Amino acid sequence: MSAQTRNKPHGRPAGGPMGPGSMGGVAEKPKNFKETWGKLIAYCKNYMPAVVVALVLAAIGTVLQIVGPDKLKEMTNEIMKGLPALVNGKQLLGTIDFSAVKSIAFMLVAFYAGSTVLSFIQSYMMATITQKISKNMRTGISQKINRMPLKYFDKVSYGDVLSRVTNDVDTIGMTMNQSIGNLVTSITMFVGSAIMMFYNNWIMALTAIGSSIFGFVFMSIIMMKSQKYFVRQQNDLGAANGHVEEVYSGHNVVKAYNGGKEAKKIFENVNQNLFDSGWKSQFMSGMMMPFMAFIGNFGYVAVCVVGAALAMNGTISFGVIVAFMIYIRLFTQPLSQIAQAFQNLQRTAAASERVFEFFDEEELSDESQKAKRLENVKGDVEFRHVKFGYTPDKTIIHDFSAKIKAGQKVAIVGPTGAGKTTMVNLLMRFYELDSGEILLDGIPESQVRRENVHEQFGMVLQDTWLFEGTIKENIIYCKQGVTDGQVIAACKAVGLHHFIKTLPHGYDTPLNDKANLSQGQKQLVTIARAMIQNAPMLILDEATSSVDTRTELLIQEAMDKLTQGRTSFVIAHRLSTIKNADLILVMKDGDIIESGSHLELLAQGGFYADLYNSQFEPAA
Amino acid sequence: MIRIFKYLKPREWLMAFISLFFVVAQVWLDLKSPDYMSKITMLVQTPGSAMSDIWIAGGKMLLCTLGSLISAIIVGFFAARIAATFSKQLRSLLFNKVEAFSMEEINRFSTDSLITRSTNDITQVQMLITMGLQLIIKAPITAVWAITKIAGKGFEWTLTTGAAVVILIVMIGFLMIFVIPKFKKMQTLTDNMNRVTRENLTGLRVVRAYNAEDYQEKRFEQANDELTATQLFTSRAMAIMMPVMSMIMSGLSLSIYWIGAYLINAAEMTDKLTMFSNMVVFSSYAMQVIMSFMMLVMIFIMLPRASVSAKRINEVLDTKPTILDGTRTEGIPGLAGEVTFKHVSFKYPGAADYVLKDVNFTVKQGETIAFIGSTGSGKSTLINLVPRFFDATEGEILIDGVNIREYTQEALHNKIGYVPQKAVIFRGTVSSNVAYGDNGQGGYSADEVKKAVAIAQGSDFVERMDGGYDADISQGGSNVSGGQKQRLAIARAVCRKPEIYIFDDSFSALDYKTDRVLRSVLKKETAGVTSMIVAQRIGTIMDADQIVVLNEGRVVGKGRHRDLLQICEVYRQIAMSQLSEEELVS
Repeated sequence: MSAQTRNKPHGRPAGGPMGPGSMGGVAEKPKNFKETWGKLIAYCKNYMPAVVVALVLAAIGTVLQIVGPDKLKEMTNEIMKGLPALVNGKQLLGTIDFSAVKSIAFMLVAFYAGSTVLSFIQSYMMATITQKISKNMRTGISQKINRMPLKYFDKVSYGDVLSRVTNDVDTIGMTMNQSIGNLVTSITMFVGSAIMMFYNNWIMALTAIGSSIFGFVFMSIIMMKSQKYFVRQQNDLGAANGHVEEVYSGHNVVKAYNGGKEAKKIFENVNQNLFDSGWKSQFMSGMMMPFMAFIGNFGYVAVCVVGAALAMNGTISFGVIVAFMIYIRLFTQPLSQIAQAFQNLQRTAAASERVFEFFDEEELSDESQKAKRLENVKGDVEFRHVKFGYTPDKTIIHDFSAKIKAGQKVAIVGPTGAGKTTMVNLLMRFYELDSGEILLDGIPESQVRRENVHEQFGMVLQDTWLFEGTIKENIIYCKQGVTDGQVIAACKAVGLHHFIKTLPHGYDTPLNDKANLSQGQKQLVTIARAMIQNAPMLILDEATSSVDTRTELLIQEAMDKLTQGRTSFVIAHRLSTIKNADLILVMKDGDIIESGSHLELLAQGGFYADLYNSQFEPAA
Repeated sequence: MIRIFKYLKPREWLMAFISLFFVVAQVWLDLKSPDYMSKITMLVQTPGSAMSDIWIAGGKMLLCTLGSLISAIIVGFFAARIAATFSKQLRSLLFNKVEAFSMEEINRFSTDSLITRSTNDITQVQMLITMGLQLIIKAPITAVWAITKIAGKGFEWTLTTGAAVVILIVMIGFLMIFVIPKFKKMQTLTDNMNRVTRENLTGLRVVRAYNAEDYQEKRFEQANDELTATQLFTSRAMAIMMPVMSMIMSGLSLSIYWIGAYLINAAEMTDKLTMFSNMVVFSSYAMQVIMSFMMLVMIFIMLPRASVSAKRINEVLDTKPTILDGTRTEGIPGLAGEVTFKHVSFKYPGAADYVLKDVNFTVKQGETIAFIGSTGSGKSTLINLVPRFFDATEGEILIDGVNIREYTQEALHNKIGYVPQKAVIFRGTVSSNVAYGDNGQGGYSADEVKKAVAIAQGSDFVERMDGGYDADISQGGSNVSGGQKQRLAIARAVCRKPEIYIFDDSFSALDYKTDRVLRSVLKKETAGVTSMIVAQRIGTIMDADQIVVLNEGRVVGKGRHRDLLQICEVYRQIAMSQLSEEELVS
């Protein structure tokens, strides 16, 4: 498991919007907020009508909620009529008009119910839309992977691509769901309650707004101050986790070198830093909630006192105070939500930026126009003045020409990093040549489709690549119409049949972490896979270097069966495996410096002879 | 869960106790302010009351909220300190514990799991403590206190509030029962999708070569569909929460006023005003009750996750290291670098079969002993017994005439320069990697480092690096190649000036030429140091003084290259697979 995937947070806060202290934390900033959102909207254009509908519903639902307190005010005023009051110095007792109370109450019930239903529909729609968009994005990334040139993966790690599929798309799904809807409702509520407050009484409105603005300015100062602790905590946590990972996975060396004391010293240091930034940032984020409450209460008190003063003057009715007590809550609540929504919008943009960056990467050229096909290939291969470099400024293969007749065995040897695998990459058209041509049966590879080139080769690589599926699925892979008989025959040929029979479910045994296949057995499975493929030509890239030599002997036998009558290209670390090759290409620093048969090359006394002899010389 | 709190120190307990006091103070103040509100309400309604009284009441109410804020800040401060101290403590304990583990315990937990336990799990516990101190204590107190306050003020209102709480709990309970398990499932499905993607990425060349793009995409779509279906379910279900919550809040206010109208109407003349102010206050208390119940629910959601984490941390802390230190620091005088295996057998705890059975040999100072055999023959295990990564199940291993269990581990390790199969490289510089650890002789000079790198055939590439010996090495050595890493690891062993080298298949990442030159130089420069080599290539070990051939954990041949070719069938097979017959005898 790569470090990248391991470090991602496990799970997610259940309950999302309820998460406390969610105002804290560091929001990642996108490079270009506007452009990315533009792209995102364009990407989601099929869903846009639905999004607009959802947002309109959200706005209406919120408006209904805002009108509520105003109605509650009317109700309070109705109730007040039932209270003893002084009129012209005499105590009078009014009566409550219950029909009025009732009609207001029913109206409110309708408002609240409507608001609930509308906002539920909105949330439901947005949840559905964002999940569908996330799914499309994931599918898009997965398909994109297979349309990209291998060149891309030379510079980008797997972990990076993986984190786009999961972390980034997840972030988009989660934040988009929360941000857009919240933003619309919060702004509506904020503006709406402000309007309603002014509509009711401007003095009280100014009091309410003034007192909460004061609080918010204060709070944003704290938030900005605390930001640096969050950044520090993030870094310290990364440092601590990095150190832990390093020491744990290098445990044997740490022990054997008595490095424990030093490791502990470093750890205590990192741990102390983490403690320091940790408690500070936690303290800061913990303060947010009480502060919010205080601002709410402060506004509340201000409204009560000013309201009371006004009510005593008779400027306002008591109902207005009741209404304001709710408005102040409606007014202060969305402010933090707006801040949070903006943070979320930023996170959405930052994550989408990475996803779109990936989508915008260059793809393999379209080949649907190429009508020429390779069929019934005999196996003649010709390299004609091949020139190639992974980067334009560094040519690796300068001018390589060679003719290989059908059925010949070609070996490519050379020290590590000499570019042996490059030849395979070119042969398979994983990379495009800078100039020159590779011909199969006289037809240039570039004139047919890539898939058509791939069909001509069976391939076994050093990394035994198996996926989580049964043994049978791994052997058949994507080949259509393979019978069980063929699978068994292939396994018998590589000497795996007996072993597979001993497994609990035979050929249907799933291959996963628990499956106890040795490295050699895994390699044999991939060779069986290549056999089933039954392609006219074969590539064996260091197919035996990760197994011990006795297992290698077994694999060698299996491979010899495989290479019979096929043109084959063999890359090998151990020179003993390729001595019988018809043509040996010796590579060094990316160039083919010698070529010929084993005996010819030994006679030349050049690099190959040197390389070959070095394995027998004892250390003097 | 509770067991983990035994690691809290008295100081933290004291701090927690003080926090408790302030929590109570905060709740008291929070519940006090509505009283003043009620007073204000009365004042406004009572004819002839002075404006100054209202100011006083308002001022007091403001003091209450301010006091509440200050208490909250104090509690927050303590909570953050306690949680951070606690997690620092736990992290340190775990780290030291794992540090003391032998490979056996490490393998039992797996490195990945130990890393998660030392990082994520501790974060979980820390979060619970911070939240807990503020909420676990506060929520129930507030709920109970607020309920007692409102209980006397109107039965119908209390009933309504109760109903609201019930609706809230039912909804959240419903979500918890039906949705939370899906969140867990979602993690598995995400892992699943990750796996399929990773497979596609790691097998990119195979996928292309077999034209299996569609096959892979189909597999991905299946994983994607499953994940999306679950995500749709959870996010749709969660969509109900916020609307219902705000409905409960608004509905409760409305109900209280609506009921209030009837109550006031029915009340006695003089009670009407009190009743009215009660109504206003009540709606405020009711909100407090609802809020505290919501907090309680949140804790119930967090608790299971944190308690799983706590359990996982405890598991590690409760594990006793199986490798115990001896007391000797010196071997028998006059001996240096002599290793003897006497009837050594080894099996993993709980396993049925022996990995090694009855291994015997002695290697003298300056000699080279090599171990060869197919994968799974036990040669790596054998060599790992020497630095006591595992302890032999039966028999004994002597270094310089003393059983290795009698040495302190530090003294034992000072005799050994160990190079693992997979080079371990730390973040730092070339120098810090080569001069890693402590050989009991107090550090290494720059010249020593340089010389070690030269012996390991690394001077060329190191001096070409940006910054030379001070060049930065990133985590896991990702900026140097496999062969370079291996050479740095060998340089590290050389720099240590040990009595015994242990090379666990350390040369296979090097090409033949480098391999040979390196061994020649090593032999010349560090004569007198015993070498124990595990190898795959016959070429690497042909010239060893002793070759031990292992097959399924048993020694099937022992001797020099030429003798073994004659007498040992397994050895001959291995050799034949690598070299042709005439080369073998040349």
